[in-house]
Amino acid sequence: MNFLRKIQLAASIAAAAALSLAAPAQADPLKVGFIYVGPVSDFGWTYEHDQGRLAIESALGDAVETTYVESVPEGADAERVLTQLALAGNELIFATSFGFMDPVINVAQKFPNVKFEHATGYKRADNVSVYSARFYEGRAVIGTIAGHMTKTNIIGYVASYPIPEVVRGINSAYIHAKKVNPDVEFKVVWVYTWFDPAKEADAATALIDQGADIIMQHTDSPAAMSIAEEKGLFAFGQASDMKQFGPNARLSSIIDDWGPYYVERAKAVLDGTWESEDAWHGINEGMVGIGEFSDKIPADVQAEAQAIADAISAGEYHPFTGPINRQDGSPWLAEGETADDGTLLGMNFYVEGLEGEVPN
Amino acid sequence: MIRLEPRLAPSRIWSFLAPLAAVGATLVGGSIIFSLLGKNPIDVLLTIFWSPLFDPNMSAYARPQLLVKATPLILIAAGLAVGFKAGIWNIGAEGQYIMGAIAGGAVALAFYPAEAWFIFPLMVAAGALGGVAWAMIPAALKIRFNTNEILVSLMLVYIAAQFLAAVSLGALRNPEGSGFPGSRNLQYYDSASNPELLAGTGVHWGGMAAVAALACLYLLMRRHIMGFHLRLAGESPRAARFSGARPALLVAFCLGVSGGLAGLAGLFELAGPSGQISIDFNVGYGFTAIIVAFLGRLNPIGILLAGLLVALTYIGGEMAQFMLGLPRSAIQAFQGMLLFFLLAMDLFLHYRIVFRTGAKA
Repeated sequence: MNFLRKIQLAASIAAAAALSLAAPAQADPLKVGFIYVGPVSDFGWTYEHDQGRLAIESALGDAVETTYVESVPEGADAERVLTQLALAGNELIFATSFGFMDPVINVAQKFPNVKFEHATGYKRADNVSVYSARFYEGRAVIGTIAGHMTKTNIIGYVASYPIPEVVRGINSAYIHAKKVNPDVEFKVVWVYTWFDPAKEADAATALIDQGADIIMQHTDSPAAMSIAEEKGLFAFGQASDMKQFGPNARLSSIIDDWGPYYVERAKAVLDGTWESEDAWHGINEGMVGIGEFSDKIPADVQAEAQAIADAISAGEYHPFTGPINRQDGSPWLAEGETADDGTLLGMNFYVEGLEGEVPN
Repeated sequence: MIRLEPRLAPSRIWSFLAPLAAVGATLVGGSIIFSLLGKNPIDVLLTIFWSPLFDPNMSAYARPQLLVKATPLILIAAGLAVGFKAGIWNIGAEGQYIMGAIAGGAVALAFYPAEAWFIFPLMVAAGALGGVAWAMIPAALKIRFNTNEILVSLMLVYIAAQFLAAVSLGALRNPEGSGFPGSRNLQYYDSASNPELLAGTGVHWGGMAAVAALACLYLLMRRHIMGFHLRLAGESPRAARFSGARPALLVAFCLGVSGGLAGLAGLFELAGPSGQISIDFNVGYGFTAIIVAFLGRLNPIGILLAGLLVALTYIGGEMAQFMLGLPRSAIQAFQGMLLFFLLAMDLFLHYRIVFRTGAKA
């Protein structure tokens, strides 16, 4: 490094310091930035977050201006992109993957006037909110349908990472499938990725080879749905409805609807009422949507599934209601007892009856 | 009729022109893609190449970030260049990068939360050793069984990635992380962290190591008998043997050096910008460094410039996404074109085009 370069660097340090201290001016319109872990064209997780971004645009019109950066690796790259979004004048930034957590906290410290919204994380600050959806509520509904619809009594589950979020979904789906079909068995394949259509398709194929006739997934692409369609079996839309990928295979879907929350938070920034929050919304608030039931599902099963969704929405039924034992047989919830959010948020164990182990 | 005819010796002019011509062709090809996407190609190219360096709002932050992004690329490419000169193809730097980070990170986590001056040096040593050890697998298999190091080193990347997932979920998982995968963040552990040496410069110990590696590459290739043997082995393996080079030693040396530097790159990245061992820790530096090494003509100065250029396309590419709404895949295609055109231009190094009319005997 020569002397000139050192001078340049010194100048840029000074400039950076000045910039990070300067408050972003409250100029019209409000700039809202998004950082996505996958491509917006994944037709799943990231696609739905981008729909949420578009919902902000259509709801608030000229009052906002939104931008996004897609397929950002979690880690150092995320921290750079977040900083750049803040420097570019975004005053509200949505980081839509768990792995963006520490980068969000680091960048939020440097930009105290920028508001951050981090999906599915657990670290908060004065200018960092966390939000997530109670997807396990949706899993209870599709678990019920799957329990009724399976003929082989084997349900295949394409799982991403063994984090509480995913383990919770497996447990909820299993409990409700088992409730309506005592012979049901779950086979879980861990693919260690959120978005890799080839791997997801391989996993679905492997599960079908093991006798599964219904595929559930907790990954972001519609690959598993396509495989189910090809083999004439059933699957559920995940994150997005995915009907176009399995017109015959799709029984229903769990739809992430981020729009209402995103609009509300952007409005709060415009009104000056934004505060750091911990939001965990479900069917009731509309963050978890249940896709239209396929006409392949018998009417009585449809009615039963709808009743469960309604009861959850009304707060009359909790998907984790005792008696439920842990996989090792030790009691977890007593008769009538419901799980508290703390336990659910850190759930790293299977319930009784599931085979295999949570990878550790 | 157009034919390609081998040149007796590589063209000297083309060896300088090829990278520049490739960059030029990439700019043209990229402009066509950007136009087809309905963007003004001049705007896009300015955003990619100009904004990170000179945009009044962004450059103060983006310039140091260029160094952060270029550091692992240069460090790895410097090591790869040694082997590539000798015709020993380590394609698995990504795996060695992962193993270096895991080894170094494991040392740090073993000492946590003790604070001591010797922890970081130990981590650096472990990082280098982790990379070397992983590279010694293809080396040993090549020496003993004459296996193809390209395949073996590449396959070991996928094994390393699985191992990374396993330790992120198991042995190295943060016990205070609520069951989520990923280790403790070393940025918050003073004795183990690799912060910027001077705040705001983007230069951490990895940057120092990269510069040192380039200097060593120069000395090795130009001033040391080993460098002579390496170059000879690449150009004429038989002649190298007559001059006293030992092929087994060359294989071990090349893979060891490139593995060690990749491991170091992984460790510095882990302890610095990244902070955390997680399932997605690796983001492809080991593969991109191959492009950097070739774009830089396996030459120290060339690698330095190529590393900075590639880093610029990453950072500028992100800016093009959020400033112009360009999809990331367009940027990736743009980056891919660079290697494509470079390989195409390299053809003219070794072959010349002969135009022929009429029948030939």
